[in-house]
Amino acid sequence: MREITFAEAIREALREEMHRDASVFIMGEDVGVFGGVFGVTAGLYEEFGPDRVRDTPISESAIVGGGLGAAMMGMRPVVEIMFGDFLMCAGDQIVNQAAKARYMSGGKAKVPLTIRVTTGAPGSAAAQHSQSPESWFMNVPGLKIAVPATPADAKGLLKTAIRGEDPVLFFEHKMLYAVRGPVPEDPDFTIPFGAANLARAGRDLTIIAIGGMLAKALEAADALSQEGIEAEVIDPRTLVPLDKDALIRSAAKTGRVVIAHEAHKRAGPGAEIAALLAEEAVEYLDGPIMRVAAKNVPIPYSPVLEEEVLPGVDDILAAARFLMGGAKA
Amino acid sequence: MSGSEIPLLQLYRTMLTIRRFEERCNYLFMQGRIPSTLHLYIGQEAVAAGVCAHLRRDDYLFSTHRPHGHAIAKGVEPRAIMAELYGKRTGCCKGKGGSMHVGDVRVGMFPAVAIVGANAPLAAGAALAAKWLDKDRVSVCFFGEGAANEGAVHEAMNMAAIWDLPVVYVCENNLYAASTPFSKAFKIQNVADRAAAYGMPGVVVDGNDVEAVYRVAGEAIARARRREGPTLIEAKTYRLCGHSRSDPRTYRSREEEEEWAKRDPIPRLAGRLKELGLATDETLASIEQEVQALIDEAVRFAEESPLPEPEETLQHVFWTEEG
Ligand SMILES: Cc1ncc(C[n+]2csc(CCOP(=O)(O)OP(=O)(O)O)c2C)c(N)n1
Repeated sequence: MREITFAEAIREALREEMHRDASVFIMGEDVGVFGGVFGVTAGLYEEFGPDRVRDTPISESAIVGGGLGAAMMGMRPVVEIMFGDFLMCAGDQIVNQAAKARYMSGGKAKVPLTIRVTTGAPGSAAAQHSQSPESWFMNVPGLKIAVPATPADAKGLLKTAIRGEDPVLFFEHKMLYAVRGPVPEDPDFTIPFGAANLARAGRDLTIIAIGGMLAKALEAADALSQEGIEAEVIDPRTLVPLDKDALIRSAAKTGRVVIAHEAHKRAGPGAEIAALLAEEAVEYLDGPIMRVAAKNVPIPYSPVLEEEVLPGVDDILAAARFLMGGAKA
Repeated sequence: MSGSEIPLLQLYRTMLTIRRFEERCNYLFMQGRIPSTLHLYIGQEAVAAGVCAHLRRDDYLFSTHRPHGHAIAKGVEPRAIMAELYGKRTGCCKGKGGSMHVGDVRVGMFPAVAIVGANAPLAAGAALAAKWLDKDRVSVCFFGEGAANEGAVHEAMNMAAIWDLPVVYVCENNLYAASTPFSKAFKIQNVADRAAAYGMPGVVVDGNDVEAVYRVAGEAIARARRREGPTLIEAKTYRLCGHSRSDPRTYRSREEEEEWAKRDPIPRLAGRLKELGLATDETLASIEQEVQALIDEAVRFAEESPLPEPEETLQHVFWTEEG
């Protein structure tokens, strides 16, 4: 299969969906002529023109709320918020409006709104440009949350988001944009929400890895394999809906679970997953459920501090070895 | 106020310090000494200098993702800013903030706010406190024209107006918000025209003319000190550099850039100083040397300063007795 980057995969999904359905349009800051600050929408303005690839003022609330209004009228907006940190500027529109429009209308309103947003630390971008806010929104019923980790998943999940009838927060890790991988060319290639990806099979322990942590989990699994430990690596791909069955199945198979994400540890996505496994799979577990996550401090600027805060391969290894009977790191 | 009542040499020194500091930052960035990204202030120095010349140490300043110039003009030490950019523990934010959050509350500058427009409510709140607690302390909020389209900015300015808060909003209209030209984000000609809608004076000024900025800011700040209410100043200017580190500047023409380069506020002020007989080429050369020495010292300090210790990551999330 031909290989393209994560950014190209997203662009391809956007382009294909815009050709397929005239109601799909893009709006956001610097997405048009400039092609997006990360270059993701490059070329789409030239191809589809200023109406369908719409540059906006710096007005996140109106970007999301405007998208919501248009979505309820039958359009399929894909709005872009440049950094996950800025989602808070549109907080009300996301949490009180988009998430609730369908429910409050007794199921009469349809909300086919996709909010594309970057997540994660790009390196020394400090406290207001590095956060992984996925779980802030997991507590809000009515929002779907996708966190693709590979180019193929990015393409397939984005198409599902755009074709779906519900508001989706689509989190793209900034450090993944340049990563290459095989991506199907079939314009109808989609990946359903709520279907985890078994990225590596193993018998000894399960690493549940989210977004940018998938590659690190696979790297850790390779290293563990050298030590005779076979780790299974699962990427849930969407946090809402969550593929509970796949996670429980894997926990039941290995009896040991590490959850890795770049969001802060406290009340991060891992807290929900761990609680779920504690409720529904505790009888299979041979040890505590371990979370590998960012420390509970704002992301600092200085590289030496940032490295302390962000979770890495070593942290996954330490958690895995501990579960396998080693000392706690 | 005539030209001679304005501290033009002092303004020149401030502007040149900002310019040379920024040029050095850019160089150090290219050398890989400074990580991440940089939003440089090159071309806009007259605004920071002209406004901050009226501020006392205990006045509050609220800045943006492009804060180095504001910080220098407000009196944050260049060496502490440089060390911050290096991520050193001697930096003005102990390495935790970096370029987009420089500031030092001890000299009245809040850590800069990198969420566009989010500093406007803070400035209103600081002004509210100042009105309560002090006779004549003021707060100043710098923001770009792009930020003017954030809801937070409207909310804050309206509140400042209804409560007659001693705050001066300084909109630096450099014609582009990242890649977005002013004309694409505004239906009106001047951001300052919005002041009428909030019910405060709105003034447009040539932001590349430090004398004009100094005069307009002086009036607005005096008005705030007299507790007569807020002002919105729009300084028309241009950043003579990219938005951030990796900006190909495809959204504007080289011709336009050249036109604005001719209006560079620093040579313009140098010309004025000579015209008014306030400086000779020798005076200017010696200021240049002083400034270079200051920047050299700042870089040396940053280079030689220690990195933070890993344990420091966990400090400062909450207040503690130890600080
Ligand atoms: C709330 C928010 N939205 C978007 C951004 C991304 N961003 C950073 S600077 C910038 C342009 C700001 O333009 P302006 O306010 O005119 O200031 P300038 O950069 O021209 O100094 C944008 C869109 C941000 N930091 N915060």
